[in-house]
Amino acid sequence: MPFIPHTEQDVREMLAVIGAPGIEALFDEIPAALRVPSLAEVPAGLSEFEVMQLMQSRARQDGRPLCFIGAGAYEHHIPAAVWSTVTRGEFYSAYTPYQAEASQGTLQSIYEYQTMLASLTGMEVCNASMYEGATALAEAVLMAVRANRRSKSARILMPRNLHPHYRAVALATTGNQGVRFEELPYERALGHTLPSSLAPFAGQDITALVIAQPNFFGVFEEVDALTDFAHAQGAFVIAVVNPTSLALLKPPGSWGQKGANIAVGEGQPLGCPLSSGGPYFGFMCTRMEHVRQMPGRLVGRTLDLDGRPGFTLTLQAREQHIRRAKATSNICTNQGLLMLAGTLYLALLGPEGLERVAAVSMQRTEQLARALTAIAGVRRVFGRPGFHEIVLALDRPAAPVLAALSERGIEGGLDLGKDYPELGPALLACATETKSAEDIETYARALAEVLRPARAA
Amino acid sequence: MSLPPREKLIFEYSRPGRGARAQWPAVSAPAVPAVPAELRRTQRPLLPEVSELDVVRHYTRLSQLNFSIDTHFYPLGSCTMKYNPKACNAAALLPEFAGRHPLASAASGQGFMACMYELQEMLKAVTGMRAVALSPLAGAHGEFAGVAMIRAYQRARGESERNEIIVPQAAHGTNPATASMCGCIAREVAVGPDGDVDLDGLRAAVGPRTAGIMLTNPSTLGVFERRIEEVARIVHESGGLLYYDGANLNAILGKVRPGDMAFDAIHMNLHKTFSTPHGGGGPGAGAVGVSARLLPFLPLPIVAREADETYRWLTERDLPQSIGRLTTFAGNAGVLLRAYVYMRMLGREGMRRVGEYATLNANYLAARLTQVGFDAAYPQRRASHEFILTLRRQAQEYGVTAMDVAKRLLDLGFHAPTTYFPQLVSECLLIEPTETESKETLDAFVAAMAQILREAREEPERLQRAPHTLPVRRLDDVRAAREPDLIFKSDAA
Repeated sequence: MPFIPHTEQDVREMLAVIGAPGIEALFDEIPAALRVPSLAEVPAGLSEFEVMQLMQSRARQDGRPLCFIGAGAYEHHIPAAVWSTVTRGEFYSAYTPYQAEASQGTLQSIYEYQTMLASLTGMEVCNASMYEGATALAEAVLMAVRANRRSKSARILMPRNLHPHYRAVALATTGNQGVRFEELPYERALGHTLPSSLAPFAGQDITALVIAQPNFFGVFEEVDALTDFAHAQGAFVIAVVNPTSLALLKPPGSWGQKGANIAVGEGQPLGCPLSSGGPYFGFMCTRMEHVRQMPGRLVGRTLDLDGRPGFTLTLQAREQHIRRAKATSNICTNQGLLMLAGTLYLALLGPEGLERVAAVSMQRTEQLARALTAIAGVRRVFGRPGFHEIVLALDRPAAPVLAALSERGIEGGLDLGKDYPELGPALLACATETKSAEDIETYARALAEVLRPARAA
Repeated sequence: MSLPPREKLIFEYSRPGRGARAQWPAVSAPAVPAVPAELRRTQRPLLPEVSELDVVRHYTRLSQLNFSIDTHFYPLGSCTMKYNPKACNAAALLPEFAGRHPLASAASGQGFMACMYELQEMLKAVTGMRAVALSPLAGAHGEFAGVAMIRAYQRARGESERNEIIVPQAAHGTNPATASMCGCIAREVAVGPDGDVDLDGLRAAVGPRTAGIMLTNPSTLGVFERRIEEVARIVHESGGLLYYDGANLNAILGKVRPGDMAFDAIHMNLHKTFSTPHGGGGPGAGAVGVSARLLPFLPLPIVAREADETYRWLTERDLPQSIGRLTTFAGNAGVLLRAYVYMRMLGREGMRRVGEYATLNANYLAARLTQVGFDAAYPQRRASHEFILTLRRQAQEYGVTAMDVAKRLLDLGFHAPTTYFPQLVSECLLIEPTETESKETLDAFVAAMAQILREAREEPERLQRAPHTLPVRRLDDVRAAREPDLIFKSDAA
């Protein structure tokens, strides 16, 4: 019996103590008509050896393509020390630190995480993680609706150049609470949101403006002007940021005159494997003045009975297990282990290592852009500087090109046709520090090959 | 037993100019990136400057301050702290799975998608639901998906005025909180003295405003809701739907299925029933299952198998009435892979035994603890996979609380059960041993509890001031909330 230690004698003795004739008798309160005779559709059990063989063969089937897709999840080097430490049973198999005295390791690491992320974003406080980037944004929108007492409209300005899935998740998550989103256009030649595009909203009741830095196209926004405009209308600013980029970029807490009110983002670049989309972690930071409207767990440092410092979950009157229907969110289990991976990652990289990752990723993306746009039929779409992603226009539909690259073991980018048809055939590509000059050359050669036959035809 | 002493903050190890340089990428050209001056960061963030050994030693020491399943019996009620098999982690971290980009082509993900498809199918089989979506990221996220589907279904029928979600008094806090997130009003119904929902109260509560009811079965009181068929009839006849909170699915795995109990939507906590690690507070995975009527509203994406046995992601074109996308990508895929491996190792027979031995352990522990002098909250009922002790009597006679007992257990090397939940039972401990614990472990726990009861009689202050042997003593929660110290501020800053 996998993972069940009972001997037959144990079972006999235990049933005798209970006073039951058999294990079946323990289910006698369940109406007989509801009982399921068997789970025939579930396959028979496998040994660990057999299941690992199966998983290895499935993994081999997928292989390890050379990947130039970013679009919200980025391949970075993960130091070996991150996951060898994170998967220690004491972290891996513990639960939410409700018993503080028996969870000081988890609690202290969360406090360290809160400190690192608050500093990275230039904010005053950070919670103990949200699920991932898009749900962090959705929660930030709901938080802004609660915390911005000057606004009654629940109107959110959302740029079109924000990740389409973030927009979709925000809509699906907040729709039942009457939040309304209005889309801001982007400048077609430059790819960013023009501050002047906000002019029509001057003097109106806007709850919050969402600013993505860099935006989905990888392009930098004029964050100061956008922030100041929003604040002048009494709107909150919700920053959606890439944590790696913050080693180089002005943090949301310093945007404009007053800084963003809430900063959120995807923590995946900080030590989380790509792993087909999760588990990652979302981060959410804000100012102390808004902390009581913040969702999620918070760890605070306090003193014990002997006056010595220790860590505990705090400000729990915001949370579902205390406030129930009046809680700031229903979130309970979050992404603790991934947040811990992020903490180790940041500790290992330090300020200089993170700067280097960001700078080298920018350089590699620039190299990628140069190599690919040297190919006939490929051109760069936006003329404004950005971080580690670029939009490339193709002279023919992107999907078959990407499929042909995929056959050559290269995942060449994301087809933007579905979400941004106005761009024509286009793809979004990314190169981080993990892509060497040879990798970039391999991609360029394959793309040239894929594009050549059709031109000749 | 005593744990190692406390550990200073990582920032206190920091020295300017130190670093784990093996982890830094080489900088080829002078690293002057093309960030426009007005967008550039001017002050470095407060990240530690430490060696790799500093990091490994610091976080290893921190880990040693934790209780965990791998080191301690962890009978935390409602959380199903069972053993997390190591193979599940090893498989999920195979380089091809760990390195796969979420937006990579389906052609390069057929192996991964086959696992996801088969996981959907196995979850359908064990729950008796018509279809399953894997993307919700935790139990509460699954609850959100479920209630959002119920609302979408009723809106599609022109019944958008249905906005009341009924929850039993003893429900998990996430249930009413989810109702609020979905724009509903949570309405409580009473639970009778035997632990079952008060049917008269339920009849009075349902009506044309009822969106549905959220139920955990076995309930948070650790007993099976015996009149579930009647509950379902009352709610369905009122036009409402039934939501199953899968927090306690472990109790009934292979014995009875939510689908057969007429539930319309359910979530499964894969980090409970299917043994993926709790990770100190996540990640979880809250897959949802639905009956036929909610199928069109499932969240995306979902894996489908084509006639030629290839796999693809379903999109809005396949499910135009979907409640939409609740996650950036396809959910906590790495957690789903771990659950898949666990389910394949158990197989159909192993899964039946989960419910059986979880229930055997709980009933045995309840009987033994009653023998040594504790009071079960529902002594006339069978325990499910968990049960409640009430320390009402001890609180009156000796002035010791459930919290005191919990803290003293930590001294004796056991993680505490869940305390003060459900709030319906005063001074309660909610105890869930799970099926992976041996009789010897349960007996050792009983001995510790018997010792605590003796101490309560003879030297109650020993309990009231516990723990005595951990890295910290009881912490001042009032101070933590009144003077929030949420981030470290370096003296230099």
